[in-house]
Amino acid sequence: MNVLKVLSAGILTLIQDLGRNRVAHLGLSTGGPLDIHAFCWANRLVGNHSNQPALEITMGAFSVEAYSDVVLSLTGANCSATIDGQRLESWRSFVLHKGQVLKLGYARQGFRAYLAIQGGFDIAPCFDSVATVVRNQMGGLLVRPGTSLKRDDWLAVNGDSAIPEPTYRPHFVVSRFIPNYDDEIEIGVIESYQANLFPDDAKKRFYASPYLVSDKLDRMGIRLSGEKIHCDSVGIISEGIALGSIQFPPNGQPIILTHDRQTLGGYPKLGCVSRMSLMRLAQARPGTKLNFYQAELDKESQAYFAFMRFFGL
Amino acid sequence: MEPRIVRLSETSLIIYLGEEIDTDLIQTLTSLSQAISSKFRHGIVDVIPSYTSVFVEFHPLRVTYQQINHWLNETLSRLDSLEHMIKPQQISLPVYYHPDVAPDLESLAKERGLTVEEVIQIHSQIEYTVCAIGFAPGFAFLASVDERIAMPRHAEPKSKVAKGSVGIAGRQTAVYPLETPGGWQVIGNCPMSLFTPEQSPMMPFNVGDLVRFGPISRDEFIALGGQL
Repeated sequence: MNVLKVLSAGILTLIQDLGRNRVAHLGLSTGGPLDIHAFCWANRLVGNHSNQPALEITMGAFSVEAYSDVVLSLTGANCSATIDGQRLESWRSFVLHKGQVLKLGYARQGFRAYLAIQGGFDIAPCFDSVATVVRNQMGGLLVRPGTSLKRDDWLAVNGDSAIPEPTYRPHFVVSRFIPNYDDEIEIGVIESYQANLFPDDAKKRFYASPYLVSDKLDRMGIRLSGEKIHCDSVGIISEGIALGSIQFPPNGQPIILTHDRQTLGGYPKLGCVSRMSLMRLAQARPGTKLNFYQAELDKESQAYFAFMRFFGL
Repeated sequence: MEPRIVRLSETSLIIYLGEEIDTDLIQTLTSLSQAISSKFRHGIVDVIPSYTSVFVEFHPLRVTYQQINHWLNETLSRLDSLEHMIKPQQISLPVYYHPDVAPDLESLAKERGLTVEEVIQIHSQIEYTVCAIGFAPGFAFLASVDERIAMPRHAEPKSKVAKGSVGIAGRQTAVYPLETPGGWQVIGNCPMSLFTPEQSPMMPFNVGDLVRFGPISRDEFIALGGQL
């Protein structure tokens, strides 16, 4: 059942679930939300399981009109959302009544907002996932696979959208789970891959110098600018690339590879950004300052596994 | 070299089986990839064999790194006995080798001191092994190209390489399944569709398969759906 009509799609608004598995050997990217923390909360707030399709709205500037009463939730970047002009807090669920317009302004803190609907958006999966991967021309709306939502697109809800009770009580995320999207972040690095090809002084400089998120950032990777780091190799035999890999092309400026990355690559990699840090990195806007530190694998694993258990991943 | 297991992140690891590209290694990679998937099933999220390594993304609440590592150590110590579960397919692809569809064919021939006919003959006489699939969906890296027609990539990648383009980069060759930017030396065009997401399987190749190219005429190329 069509329940929402897109009035303004913003710069890049993609339908996502947790991503496409068991296809990387075919050269297909996983996709999925860059900020899995905000995405999972959005689904949790409306009572969905974590893999339900929801929207990833990059930089905000998005609006929809309801054609039926629906329960929605909004998390992630602060986009000064309003319902018919009335201010709406983020990190909570709410009812959008038939005829009402939900409007997001440009993101003020953070970079990506997430909009979920009770029941999940009804999208036909491709390889068991609806995740939109633009560079693979796959996922999202069936009529236009692999593309951003556009003005006048319709969004349907799964099953019979249960009409919310007049007494519907919104759910909130408690404040200690709501991150601060500051302009300076600490990023944990799990050293692996070709870490031994990086001379000690190069590593020292990497951890001691701040890097800025450049304006060359997309869902494939985030290019940084700062101290140039060179290692004892310019290229390696192409190999599988893990989520969060930090690779150094010959110009010495690091690139952090994210969900829509190529599956294979031949640049030397120092290691991977920890999963918990990646969630925070997903909200970094151009100009955000990153300070890297060497993280402990065990500690990072415990934190991430606890996160997975909490959200039933 | 001794196989080496490297933990990459909270949820991934890589197994290195060699240090140099060696097509003889590929069957071992595919057998190992298959064995990991069948052993741990839902514990495994993705397995990517590529040239000398096997990348594994696992689901840490269904299988632990220690379990995989333990099994790998046992399996790697008797790699020779690893059953070759998948028989490689032999795939034959038609190629129209002509400057109309191959901007680099004549320059490559000239550079290597060969005639265009010799380049075609050398490229189409070898049976290539699919060593990896990646870069773009369905993009299969094939090795090894004869030394006599090996050429490095263009220094500056082209912003547009046509769908079906057959390219050479060093001692590798490949067919571009979709139009993408790319830097390979294009010497022909294959009119067959190599990536069809609506179909199962989506693409004709698996890592380990064997591929041959067969020269076709302009008329055959057009009859097979080729675009000039």
